[in-house]
Amino acid sequence: MTNHPTTTRDTDLGSARSVPPPPPSYPEPGLHSLTIAGRTVRSRLFVGTGKYPDFPTMQAALDASGCDVVTVAVRRERLYNDRGQSLLDFIDLDRYLILPNTAGCFTAEDAVRVARLGRELLEQLANPGAGWVKLEVLGDRKTLLPDPVGTLEATRELVKDGFQVLCYTSDDPISAERIKSAGAASVMPAGSPIGSGQGVLNPSNIVLCLELLKQGDPDYPVIVDAGVGAASDTAIAMELGADGVLLNTAIAHAKDPVTMAHAMRKATEAGRQSYLAGRIPKKRYATASSPLEGAISYIPGE
Amino acid sequence: MRIRLNGQPHEAPDNSTLADLLRDLGLADRPAAAEVNRTLVPKAEHASRRLTEGDEVELVTLVGGG
Repeated sequence: MTNHPTTTRDTDLGSARSVPPPPPSYPEPGLHSLTIAGRTVRSRLFVGTGKYPDFPTMQAALDASGCDVVTVAVRRERLYNDRGQSLLDFIDLDRYLILPNTAGCFTAEDAVRVARLGRELLEQLANPGAGWVKLEVLGDRKTLLPDPVGTLEATRELVKDGFQVLCYTSDDPISAERIKSAGAASVMPAGSPIGSGQGVLNPSNIVLCLELLKQGDPDYPVIVDAGVGAASDTAIAMELGADGVLLNTAIAHAKDPVTMAHAMRKATEAGRQSYLAGRIPKKRYATASSPLEGAISYIPGE
Repeated sequence: MRIRLNGQPHEAPDNSTLADLLRDLGLADRPAAAEVNRTLVPKAEHASRRLTEGDEVELVTLVGGG
């Protein structure tokens, strides 16, 4: 290779040749914000803060996910052990709305207590999540499936107490409808059991939930909560017409949580756009994309 | 006096308030929510809420969760 004298101009041209130009930026249709519990959020992805390898990884993953709402749990203070790092040191309270959950509650009574404790904590932090709760009343330790009766009781009690209840439930459409009638701000049917990574096991039930919940109330927010294993699961949930997806393990336990968080952000957007764009109907047989008319080849049956 | 704190027996000075307990535990400046006998006591009432023998106190904070 000839050695050219280096000038500023040559260097500029050289770098322009070796680095491809940035892709053109297209206006992105359909990515409107979501209004939930009287608040507008930009991102339709809600991300949990549990089970990351460490807090800095969690912080980077939350950032990459583009989420506006993060879930947290309420637990006893560790009074005698070394306290170590605190979750709150790694969450920007001005950036994220903190949604406290009632995970680990197996009775309506305990869920109501935990919701109140969560509200108290978020009031102390002056975070807009004060008064919001991700309600979980579990029925069984092994499957973590919701207890429909306890869930309904706790929803009623918390709504009476002024809470915005975002309610985890099974994908049963009638349960979903009952929870909405009890005053929940959002119904959040599970795609599959919590942390199972099985994705959306019964898309037909999710669609029925959406139909029932949005009948005469198209803006009622429905979020698929739990079960996501990979970005494609998120896209499927959004494509079915869900208003959002709430997940934790799929990012936190991915081999590379930060890269998975990027994938989840894009899957949420892609799924939303795909839903709005409208899928084609499924057909048994092929339909050629290129016209047969004018083909010079032999076509059987013609 | 003996109370139960987060499910464990705990010895607290007689006539302590909830605020005293939080201070003694080093939690005064940290976000912490408190229940006494399964009823929430808001932070504004910590200083006036006197504890009595046998009280069951829960002190909680936020941790990672989904």
